[in-house]
Amino acid sequence: MDLNAWLKSNTFHHTAFRDLRELVEAKERAGLTISLCIPTLNEEKTIGKEVVIFRSELMQRYPLIDEIAIIDSGSTDKTLEIAANFGADTYLASDILPDLEQKRGKGENLWKAIYQLKGDIIVYIDADIKNIHPRFVYGLVGPLIQRPEIQYVKAFYDRPLAFSQGIRPSGGGRVTEILIRPLFSLFFPELTAIIQPLSGEYAVRREVLERIPFPIGYGVETSHLIDVYTLYDMNAFAQTDLDQRVHRNQPTRSLGKMAFGILQTFLSRAEKLGVIGELPDTSTILRQFQVQDQTFETVEYSIVEEERPPMETIEAYQQLRRQHESR
Amino acid sequence: MDREFARLLDRLPEFQAGARELSEILLTNLVMISEIPAPTFGEHRRMQFLLDRFNEYELQNCSTDEAGNALGILPGRSGEQNILVVGHMDTVFPEKVDHTVSIEPGAVTGAGIGDDSLGLAALVTLPQMLSHLGIELNANLIFMGSARSLGRGDIEGIRFFLDNRNVPISSGICVEGVKLGRLSYASIGMLRGEIHYRVPEEYDWTRFGAGGAIVNMNDVINRILEIPLPRRPRTSIVLNSVEAGASFNTIPRQATLQFEIRSESGELVNRLGDQISDICAETSSQTGAEVEFNVLARRQPGGIGFSHPLAAHARSIIKALGVNPRISPSTSELSAFIDQKIPAVTIGLTQGEHHNEVNERLDIEPVYLGIAQLVGLLVAIDEGYADGSERLA
Repeated sequence: MDLNAWLKSNTFHHTAFRDLRELVEAKERAGLTISLCIPTLNEEKTIGKEVVIFRSELMQRYPLIDEIAIIDSGSTDKTLEIAANFGADTYLASDILPDLEQKRGKGENLWKAIYQLKGDIIVYIDADIKNIHPRFVYGLVGPLIQRPEIQYVKAFYDRPLAFSQGIRPSGGGRVTEILIRPLFSLFFPELTAIIQPLSGEYAVRREVLERIPFPIGYGVETSHLIDVYTLYDMNAFAQTDLDQRVHRNQPTRSLGKMAFGILQTFLSRAEKLGVIGELPDTSTILRQFQVQDQTFETVEYSIVEEERPPMETIEAYQQLRRQHESR
Repeated sequence: MDREFARLLDRLPEFQAGARELSEILLTNLVMISEIPAPTFGEHRRMQFLLDRFNEYELQNCSTDEAGNALGILPGRSGEQNILVVGHMDTVFPEKVDHTVSIEPGAVTGAGIGDDSLGLAALVTLPQMLSHLGIELNANLIFMGSARSLGRGDIEGIRFFLDNRNVPISSGICVEGVKLGRLSYASIGMLRGEIHYRVPEEYDWTRFGAGGAIVNMNDVINRILEIPLPRRPRTSIVLNSVEAGASFNTIPRQATLQFEIRSESGELVNRLGDQISDICAETSSQTGAEVEFNVLARRQPGGIGFSHPLAAHARSIIKALGVNPRISPSTSELSAFIDQKIPAVTIGLTQGEHHNEVNERLDIEPVYLGIAQLVGLLVAIDEGYADGSERLA
């Protein structure tokens, strides 16, 4: 595939969808419903603003989204209280499909959203975005509403602070450029065209979401890309430039843990797909170091990338969909 | 009290409840406006946002002008009068300051939210608020986000509009974010000045009295503070900002002082301005440095009186909301109305803290009272209470 041609046809800027009246009309013509899922864990500082802005702009002013749901991993702060106070539906992930074994992680919340939420399209937006704006949603659902062949729309952020005319580099953060893009370049070269594969904001059609497994930890975004690419092809993807995302910066050591989790997911996918040979049993312990009084010591983290199966294989979900269809 | 006006006061709780029902829209407008940086002379993006909102509400004549104001008209039933509602678009914060706003239950925090993003948010929410409350005014309502208001802007935006308008304006309301209860209907005389002290490159540092820009600016400040001020008319000289020097080991070559002279007497303002100008000239001759005195803005005292129907009814509305009116003179947009002899008031919408700091915080709950006050005032003006021509029942 000509990646430059793909970039040209499947890469958007959010301003292309800012006529919300037109977008809502197109959504209604297509008979689509859209759910917004915000996975949370202790996000009391930013959640209120996200809920207020999305409800006001995208439900009251223009009915682009049909429900907003907070799916929480067990916050100990006031995240759920604030979100409910501002009018969002709030759920504890552990209360959804309670008969299943409990797991904790962002991927778990995203996966359970497929069961809990009703929309034909689910938009996932992280809760820690300081400069939240309606474009985070309409920029992602726009391509799905306008182009039926697109299944999965990923956000990227590209707004340089200063730039003179000419060519400038573009791309993702540290983990993307040091780990993901080199791995994709080696084993899934076409996926390198996804500018920010780890961004936590994306919109996906339900029929895709229910077909793919969900790692519950760091690897969920990477595995999605590989799985959707394998089930469909690059034409199922689109990406939208949302300009700028202001959020907390993570220290390098945290990124190390993230990279370790992602690498586990990547290797298991690559092995399963026969892209690489059979792997030996690998450790799930990440070792980092610290020093005290000139004595170095290891710090060990156990990072196990557990995975939920495709939602369509869950019996309770099958029943729910049957009920939904019979209505 | 006039029975009809008393009936209007009875409706204030209904206006307050309506404002609460639209709180999400108001808060969203507040966030979206606040997060667009708008330093004075750099209000273009904020102006565009306001125009987009005006267009969405299908206001008429949504447009900008040479001064960069954002304008839209909500036509009234009869359209015999035009009421101008203004909020200024510029803030004291440069573009590079973090303009992110945060919302928590009960409060909103961010740079410039009180001055005057909340005023603008109220302005752009007002068409929907009136429609939600089922209020259709007789008068045309002209909405204006005014450009170039603060500091060197010298309320150029509203001045331009009032100087070049092709419609008569019967009265005006200037909406400021803080503080609820604030009521201004008169302007004091004001001169906003800047003194720039610059040591020439070829300066002889061995000459007597050579002390660098900071020491000499300090002398200028001491001399300004020695100017005797009368108790009546009430007068003050406020030193607002000083900038000077670069680092250790460097003789400061430049210093800038910004100040305002405020007085109930316009003549006294002029006289004090002359005195400060003389101090600058004298300092220049004594030190051999360049001492430049620039006047950035002037206001003449004036406005409507305490017993003017607009002032009296505005006080009644604020009191009826259980808020104590705090009467204070203004030197902002209101002055432009006063210059044109248009009765106008400035009101505030809520309480807050850290005013004009990057972490300015506004209380959400009082905003509903503030909006009720704004709507009540508009209806009162529309029904003729601003000029004493109220319609008889």
